[in-house]
Amino acid sequence: MKRILLVIAVIALYFLHQDFWFWRTAHPLVFGFVPIGLFYQGCFSVAAALLMWLLVKFAWPQHLEQEIEQQKTEEGRPR
Amino acid sequence: MIPAIFVFIYLAAVLYIGIFAFRKARGREKPEDYFLASRSLGPFVFLFSLFGTNMTAFAILGSSGHAFSNGIVTFGLMASSSGLVIPLTIFLMGTRVWALGKKFGFMTPVQMFRDRWECGDIGTAIFVVQAVLLVPYIIIGIMGGGTTLNVISGGLVPYWFGGAIVALVVMSYVFFGGMRGTAWVNTFQTILFLTFGVIAIVVIGVGMGGFRSAANAMLASPALAPLLTRERISPLYFFSYTFIPLSAIAFPHILIFCLTAEKMNHFKKTVIFYPLCILAIWLPCVFLGVMANRVTDVPQIKAKQEARRVLATQGKTMTPEARDELREQSAGDDVIMLLLQRYAPLWLAGLLGAGIMAAVMASDSQILALSTMFTEDVFAFYGGKRRFGEAVQVHTGRIFIVIITIVAYAVALRAPETIFELAIQYAFSGFAALSPLLMAALFWKGSTKWGALAVTLWTVAAVVAVAVFQHAVPAPAPGPPLVAWAVGGTEVLTRTPGGTAVFGFMPVVPMVLVSGLLMVIVSLLTSKPKQSTIAKYFSV
Repeated sequence: MKRILLVIAVIALYFLHQDFWFWRTAHPLVFGFVPIGLFYQGCFSVAAALLMWLLVKFAWPQHLEQEIEQQKTEEGRPR
Repeated sequence: MIPAIFVFIYLAAVLYIGIFAFRKARGREKPEDYFLASRSLGPFVFLFSLFGTNMTAFAILGSSGHAFSNGIVTFGLMASSSGLVIPLTIFLMGTRVWALGKKFGFMTPVQMFRDRWECGDIGTAIFVVQAVLLVPYIIIGIMGGGTTLNVISGGLVPYWFGGAIVALVVMSYVFFGGMRGTAWVNTFQTILFLTFGVIAIVVIGVGMGGFRSAANAMLASPALAPLLTRERISPLYFFSYTFIPLSAIAFPHILIFCLTAEKMNHFKKTVIFYPLCILAIWLPCVFLGVMANRVTDVPQIKAKQEARRVLATQGKTMTPEARDELREQSAGDDVIMLLLQRYAPLWLAGLLGAGIMAAVMASDSQILALSTMFTEDVFAFYGGKRRFGEAVQVHTGRIFIVIITIVAYAVALRAPETIFELAIQYAFSGFAALSPLLMAALFWKGSTKWGALAVTLWTVAAVVAVAVFQHAVPAPAPGPPLVAWAVGGTEVLTRTPGGTAVFGFMPVVPMVLVSGLLMVIVSLLTSKPKQSTIAKYFSV
């Protein structure tokens, strides 16, 4: 279930990148000088970092590292 | 000249880092140590060097230049989409490549493909395509170095000499330091341009009298207001650009970098912080590029705006050559440097110039990657390592670095820069079209070497076709595209002012989709590798 939610989150964020709703307007100017389209995409980058954090926390491919560790242990074992 | 002195101090520093790495590695002259730093990079160096490797001159100079002409769309187009796609591909594929590298000792992607699909010559074909697509980056890095030193020194350092200095410095620290030296230099460079991006935006903002008045003045100008929106770019083109970052994980230098981490845990910080690093570097560059349009007292910027205006109003009646000349005149790749010269004190302009130089010199990883690929995929594969030993393999890699740098410098002196800028555009799409190779190798048991060959040949054919089309049909003036092929009122193939469109999408979209389809169809029709080979990969 966790994995399905993460896949949905990735797809949702990908589509949120296409923010056609701010396409033809610069207003409001955030902080008085940042056009809303640029501010949105800046926030999008922060959201991408948060999503990456979720992926690392809940879907990290731990088994890959475990296999390498196991292989190292086997190689180090006296025969 | 003072800024140039800072740049020379910077060049001396990176040279020292390379030599220091060489001294640290003395007595360990093995290919794995020279080409992969013994797979021992820590989390901090891994994050910053991987990120620095991907940040070429384009990130600072090209992004501000693109934003100068096209407005704030540049950030969404090139930065925020990369901030999602690149860390995602590192998370999904980089970690797996790392694990396979540790398990089977791979040092290049082609080694993995050869083993995964039991193919020798098809691997060589993939090597050739990767190498050809990578060479323009090395040439453009040297060209960028020559141009930047020339501008920063106020013309005192000629282009040929600046290019020679940059080529010599990069060659030296890659030659001596190998992957360790390159990773350390990249880390140093990334910290430099992360720091200086923030300083630059503050200094230029204060110099311009604050961004608030500049933004409001732009909004009040009918010619400049569209730059604060995205109306100059179509939504389909914007969507297409999300396919370009797929190229990152297919770049051999990025994949080879993925093999250098000591532990898989080191990927965690890279994956999480990658979008934030992109934000920190690209946002100031894009914003400053847009705001440069408000600067009224820098004659070079005024000249660029005038060229842009003439192109927009009279472009339709001009010859293609005259349009190309105006495009070149209106290009804003040097606006950041012009802003620094105008608003930053000399010493700070020097420091910031060193930061820009750091970005321009990002061709080091590509040189090292080509050398690694040549020695592993050609020299070792065809028996050189077996006959002459590992020490000779490392020497061969070093000689290759010298040769490739000299050739790149010679080409940089003679050929026009625009050719290689174009070649890089094609290379991004080409590497994106090669990305299904990696996806299939890592995730699909049913993929075959013939599928891999079909993807490789399709990539070559598509890149050549786009290049020939753009050469044969000159770019039209700004405005509606030139329709080259329409079926029943639907525009299939068009020539746009900035490139080519297929059904309104950038060529990269059909290139990637057809690549994926070819991999599936051809693999389904051809015989699979041995079960034991498949089992090797899918137990990981």
